Amino acid sequence: MDLLEYQGKQVFARHGVPVPSGRHAQTVDEAAAAADDIGYPCVIKAQVQIGGRGKAGGIKVAQNRNEALEHAQAILGMDIRGLTVHELWVEGASEIASEYYASVVFDRSAKAPLVMLSTKGGMDIEEVADSDPDAIARLHVDPLLGFQEFHGRRLAFEARVDDDVVRPVGAMLAKLYDLFVAEEATLVEVNPLIVTPERDVRALDAKVTLDDNALFRHPDNAELRDPSNEDPQERMAKERGLTFVKLDGDIGILGNGAGLVMSTLDVVAQAGGSPANFLDAGGGSKAEAITSAVEVILSNPSVKAVLFNIFGGITRCDEVARGLIEAFDQINPTVPFVVRLDGTNDVEGRKLLAEAQLPNVFAESTMDGAAQKVVELAASA
Amino acid sequence: MSILVDSNTKLVVSGITGREGTFHSLRNRDYGTQVVAGVTPGKGGQDVEGIPVFNTFHDAVASTGANTAMIFVPPRFAADSILEAEDAGASLIIAITEGIPAHDELRAFNVIKKNGRARLIGPNCPGILSPGKANVGIIPAAFFKEGNVGVVSRSGTLTYQIGNVIAQQGFGNSTIVGIGGDPVPGSDFIDIIGLFQDDPETELIVMCGEIGGDAEERAAEFIAENVTKPVVAYIAGFTAPPGKTMGHAGAIVSGSRGTAKAKAEALESRGVRVGRTPTEVAELAASLLGAAA
Repeated sequence: MDLLEYQGKQVFARHGVPVPSGRHAQTVDEAAAAADDIGYPCVIKAQVQIGGRGKAGGIKVAQNRNEALEHAQAILGMDIRGLTVHELWVEGASEIASEYYASVVFDRSAKAPLVMLSTKGGMDIEEVADSDPDAIARLHVDPLLGFQEFHGRRLAFEARVDDDVVRPVGAMLAKLYDLFVAEEATLVEVNPLIVTPERDVRALDAKVTLDDNALFRHPDNAELRDPSNEDPQERMAKERGLTFVKLDGDIGILGNGAGLVMSTLDVVAQAGGSPANFLDAGGGSKAEAITSAVEVILSNPSVKAVLFNIFGGITRCDEVARGLIEAFDQINPTVPFVVRLDGTNDVEGRKLLAEAQLPNVFAESTMDGAAQKVVELAASA
Repeated sequence: MSILVDSNTKLVVSGITGREGTFHSLRNRDYGTQVVAGVTPGKGGQDVEGIPVFNTFHDAVASTGANTAMIFVPPRFAADSILEAEDAGASLIIAITEGIPAHDELRAFNVIKKNGRARLIGPNCPGILSPGKANVGIIPAAFFKEGNVGVVSRSGTLTYQIGNVIAQQGFGNSTIVGIGGDPVPGSDFIDIIGLFQDDPETELIVMCGEIGGDAEERAAEFIAENVTKPVVAYIAGFTAPPGKTMGHAGAIVSGSRGTAKAKAEALESRGVRVGRTPTEVAELAASLLGAAA
């Protein structure tokens, strides 16, 4: 789960990472009141999970109440690369002497946390990594040892931060690492990490990704939401316990097993089609789960045809067939379905489907044949 | 021969008294696997259809000589169970559980690595099947027979799909290893491919990768330097959008990293044949084996 900037800053503050004081606002009036409270100049920042907010006009400095009202008015409801701004963060403007970059990432390859520090802050770090890799100091931390003070010193000296802030920068890295572990994050990133003219060190931005699998241990974090990033269909699928990702095509997809579903999307794309979603019905799916999944897929009005690609291991093909028959009984879909059932109880499943004589349901025996068929049906719909 | 599990495997299952744990343990035993013990704290002294249940892994290993552990407990208990199995001396630990917190996996992985006495497969994997010898996990054994194709995969059903097409062409498998779909797998492609390279029965290796991480890229390097047997690969997730987790916790394109395209290119540039569909992978494997025969 990705946190919004203000949610990340609240987590930072909880763990003693210095951040500018600020307030959350959802309306123009709330934003102006927050700005009055914080004092001028202040910064009005769009809360959406996407880079380039500043360039898109989503971050503005207000010198007085009128400007605060004007900026809040302009930014709320703004579309930033497909995301609508519903929330603002208003914080005191910071004076900046230097901009650094700091992060703790979950390095899957090394199977250890990786801490990075650079004096090239305020820009896209992937670009810095490409153009000037030596500008980023990197250190893997043994998770059984944890972050030690020497780690902080090494990184600060290697990154060549100003001498007088070696200690406070090292201390901030230690706190970022602590919160990475304590909140079970997979990414904690500060860009920019600033040094003020008074030589204070602060996190001016906060990017935090939390491990969904660990949210049961962090009920407060599990409550954090991002209304700009919630697709109604994805929410519906989540409520029904389905693994679902919305895509922008017109062919609904259901399969069992994440790898097989990913592969199904690829095979459909190779056949010239465009998948409308990823949906993994999971192992051992029972009929009700299939019925429920069909409802989710068809709640997307773009869907012109649906492909079921089932290879039964623990999942039994006869259960899948029953679920589909039940779905037809309940919701009477108008789009064609292509159904490929293979593996455990496939003969029984195909027999059930044949006997049910569902309108517009086509049985295919191979994955490739099924993909071809569904692409043809979607194209002629 | 085969790798990792065979007729010498003596299996202890944590979570054997749960619904899924019971079902699959008995299925594994029916296949011929020696399932010698179960572990459920507080249920020591009971049995599951004749399989004795112990309170701790230590009791189970001491009483039965179990050498392989299978983890079937819910996610919040799973890392602890893995570490207990390691502490009790199991040399192979196969973790089926899906949804283990990433930091728990990180700790378990690093403890096992540091101690250097056990191998972990998974988590979030379907297990290991050596056809005709032993089945540990949830792989539907009926689709596979003995043979000379070694399979290593991040995905369960995709493996069944590819294995089934290979079987239809008349070929069988030495061992099928699911390494799992999580960000911190206990064993990576290179660990398993190395074992297949040394296994006399295995003549061809099929690897099934997917988006996320760089395990496939590292495997490409490893194969170029260390593997003389033919390797055929499949990569799932060409159409996956960046930033979205595609079912498996580890299947995510982060920014421009971990794409299917980059993985396929890395493998092909190192001489590994990459099939565009599961069917094509099976056909490539069959034609290479046919040519060798």
